[in-house]
Amino acid sequence: MSNNIARKKIDSATIISAVIVLCIYVAAFVAEQFIAPTSMLFTVLKKGATYALVAVSMNLLNGFTGIFSLGQAGFMLIGAYVYGIFTVPVAERINVYQYYNGGLVQFVLPWFVAMALSGLVAAFFAFLIGMPVLRLKSDYLAIASLGFAEIIRAVMQWDKLGPITNGSNMLRLFPSFNDFNIRAADGHVVVYLSTLVPLLIAGVCIGVIILLINSTFGRALKAIRDDEIAAEAMGIRLASHKRLAFCISSFFAGVGGAMLAMYQTTVQAKGFTTAMTYEILLIVVIGGIGSVTGSCISSFLFVAASEWWLRFLDQKQMIGSFEVPLLRNGFRLVVLRRRGPNERERTSP
Amino acid sequence: MWNTIFPYLLTGISVGGQYALIAIGYTMVYGILRLINFAHGDVFMVAGIVMVYMAASGLPLWLCLPLVLIVTALVGFLIERVAYKPLRNAPRMSAMISAIGVSYTLQNLVLYITGGLNQLYPTIPWISDSVTIFGATTKMVTVVTPVLTILLVVALVLLINHTKIGMAMRAVSRDFETSQLMGIKINSVISMTFVIGTFLAGVASILYFTNYTTVIQTSGAMPGLKAFVAAVFGGIGSIPGAVVGAFIIGIAENIIKGLDIILFKLGVIAAPIGLATFSDAFTFALLIVILAVKPTGLFGEKTTDKV
Amino acid sequence: MKKVLAIALALMLVLCSAAMAETVKIGVFEPASGDSGAGGKQEMLGMQYANKETPTVEIGGATYDVELVYADNGSDTTKAPSAANSLVDAGVSVVLGSYGSGVSIAGSDIFKNANIPAIGVTCTNPQVTAGNSHYFRVCFLDPFQGTVLANYASKELGATVAYTLGELGNDYDQGLCTYFKQAFEALGGTVMHEDFPTGTADFNSYLTNAAGIGAQVFFCPVSIAYSTQIVQQAASQGATFPILGGDTLDSNVVSNAAKGTNVNVVVTTFYQEGANADFDNGFKAWLAEDGEALTNNGGNDIIAGVTAMGYDAYYVALEALKAAGSTDSAAVMAALPAVTYDGVSGHIEFDDTGDAVRTTAYVKTVNNETGDWEFLTEQTVD
Repeated sequence: MSNNIARKKIDSATIISAVIVLCIYVAAFVAEQFIAPTSMLFTVLKKGATYALVAVSMNLLNGFTGIFSLGQAGFMLIGAYVYGIFTVPVAERINVYQYYNGGLVQFVLPWFVAMALSGLVAAFFAFLIGMPVLRLKSDYLAIASLGFAEIIRAVMQWDKLGPITNGSNMLRLFPSFNDFNIRAADGHVVVYLSTLVPLLIAGVCIGVIILLINSTFGRALKAIRDDEIAAEAMGIRLASHKRLAFCISSFFAGVGGAMLAMYQTTVQAKGFTTAMTYEILLIVVIGGIGSVTGSCISSFLFVAASEWWLRFLDQKQMIGSFEVPLLRNGFRLVVLRRRGPNERERTSP
Repeated sequence: MWNTIFPYLLTGISVGGQYALIAIGYTMVYGILRLINFAHGDVFMVAGIVMVYMAASGLPLWLCLPLVLIVTALVGFLIERVAYKPLRNAPRMSAMISAIGVSYTLQNLVLYITGGLNQLYPTIPWISDSVTIFGATTKMVTVVTPVLTILLVVALVLLINHTKIGMAMRAVSRDFETSQLMGIKINSVISMTFVIGTFLAGVASILYFTNYTTVIQTSGAMPGLKAFVAAVFGGIGSIPGAVVGAFIIGIAENIIKGLDIILFKLGVIAAPIGLATFSDAFTFALLIVILAVKPTGLFGEKTTDKV
Repeated sequence: MKKVLAIALALMLVLCSAAMAETVKIGVFEPASGDSGAGGKQEMLGMQYANKETPTVEIGGATYDVELVYADNGSDTTKAPSAANSLVDAGVSVVLGSYGSGVSIAGSDIFKNANIPAIGVTCTNPQVTAGNSHYFRVCFLDPFQGTVLANYASKELGATVAYTLGELGNDYDQGLCTYFKQAFEALGGTVMHEDFPTGTADFNSYLTNAAGIGAQVFFCPVSIAYSTQIVQQAASQGATFPILGGDTLDSNVVSNAAKGTNVNVVVTTFYQEGANADFDNGFKAWLAEDGEALTNNGGNDIIAGVTAMGYDAYYVALEALKAAGSTDSAAVMAALPAVTYDGVSGHIEFDDTGDAVRTTAYVKTVNNETGDWEFLTEQTVD
């Protein structure tokens, strides 16, 4: 009986959140048609959607599986590069690959194929990397995944891979979010979609992650997070579950990387630093480890705060001192909140 | 051949010595708290910034040097009290996230104070002078660093093995709870660990920034990570291990930077192939290999820690 | 009464400058932090000084106050798009900047979509303006600069072996190194190129590499942050080869680093101090009374080439606004190609791609005793 009630509650909650999400989409669509497209609002929405996806994918690992991975920037880098490499128009390649005679790849894929490929390649690398890394325990895993992100960055910048990756130079001129706008023959924009589409992509991907989390697989992951030994005793295969979770998370990080490329309109390995991973970790922690909604909301808030609301402080270089206490508070709150009764004591040496 | 490689070795040993001093802080904290103190590299950077501002304020150098070390140790002490002590019983991940938070805060604080501009480190006489050894010219600090590092490490090992506080440290790192039950003041031992670790990072910062004379908020990140890798490489918790690991990483990194030339001169390759790109990445590759092959590092104790 | 009124007016200006109709906004898209922060700030000084000198402009018969709107792109191509967007959002009529080609390219599309023209001040990579109808620039280009330096290295210094060093992922470095290499090899020399990862502080091994191949010049057109390190480490290694650089090295921060050493630093640049006494004296007087500006200029009053360029770019923007007769960015864009201006760094007019037609670069070297820049020669390429 009580079970039934609980289920009903979840159902109504699902409906309510679905309605809210739908409203947001409608609002975004309407806003886009009537507010000047140059408004910072859309920047925040586009980048926020991208970060939300990446944050949720990180949460899948850190929050739901208990794997503390710091390799997110590396997988985003792979995603962004795969997207860039396969979508730069052939005619522009001679300009983009200016030091490599136009590069090796001389065809283009449609954006959605390239985007899916971004995810797949990132997942493939995650599979390779997972073999040595996932055997490691918490903090070793963190530092090893961080190391992998650094290695990937160096490999992508290697001059000898230049014909494919353009070395350390920028990839650009590929389709960006603005190309989603529907234009009339004279180039005049008829319907603005440049904000709605990224929101939709992120929404669909996050939806898939939510479904995963609520499936048997997701419950197995949570069991691993709460107690590996008990989970194993219940018949959950640790290695394969962890690896799959790692690959899935990286897939979406790769897609997120492709979205970031579209948002930025240029891609360069130089930008995908550890600091980017930390930023996403901050978002996850502020939103609450193990909370999808939290990750989404906090990523929009984080992007809005750092790119928009606090930019006026730039001139006095206040962004550091003002932003940080704000973030730190969220930090501490969440960190302290995690000491719930369900958490097993893991500090003992 | 020797003439080709020697300058790289020299630079490598010097950098290695500086990494070693940072790595000791990591390895001691990890040995006791099982915490990767991500902020350690940034404390190192803060020490550099403090020096810059102190020297700029007109204090004489002989006063600046000890003051910097004291301030740095104080910063380490405060960080532990504010950011890690409240989390002593929290899951390990939380403490690590808190450490990343401290790192982020320190970097942003320095960004705010300096306005994101490179700060020129004051010139310290004598160790900034040029000196020629075996045909390679370098700064005196290059030669001083390994010697000073070894001296400090010997002193530290003596401290740990032959004093009361050292014994307490060993006890705490062996078994946290039991040593608490035995009446060891855990908090003061941990504070002491942080003070020693950050003090050494302060020394490292003086040596490092005398060599590479500009300080910026991100200056500590890479040396910090590399020092951590060195600590893992040598076996985390082991001080001699951290020192050996740091020297190996410092030397390897500089050999990589010159590998194109070395291979070219040996006739292995016909044209440079841009291996210098991997000077940072190599450190991490080494880390992953060592973790996969021998997770306890070169000198690490075998533990049954299954967490 | 007049005083009170003036104060009230000034207050109103400050408080509602955004809402004032009689204000035209010029976007300053420059790095104030990061590796190029020092250079970006010096470039901004030129604009700020010009703004102080000429704070108003006549547009279509009305007098407008010029407001500089800043956006810090943090020397980072990932931060550049949103920084650019914040300028667009602020409603600027024209954008100046940036120092550094990579960030300019990264912000370029945002300006393009918003139909706002951008005037590159010292971004010398050809890709900034190539194919971009809305990007203009007042400086010379890397192929030109690279050739000038290669000519100088080969003909004046008699070098046959050169070592080039660039930062990974920095379009400016990579471009200039490539063009230098092309030109130097065409002159019969050999070049070895290497890259270092962002954030490197230890250049000893790279200097050893250069010595190892017997390089007679060390070409490192890198950010100020790195070049000061390279100069100092070259000094402590007792390097014998001269260090060559592009316009980024033309900064008193670099000359300070070379002061008291034996390192010979040679750079090409846009402006040579002493070419325009009015500008020099005025700027120095301003630095003398404004402590913050002095700090941003590296603590002394040597004028960097980028400062002069920032100064000129500001006036080019004003000329464009006058010619457009409107604060509308589309009108400014239409007017810009025809704008000509005689600035302190020489005559400025744009060619079809939007690049300034420039045939002269100044070659300067550091006086190791005083830490001043000394004029060597004027180089032109036929």
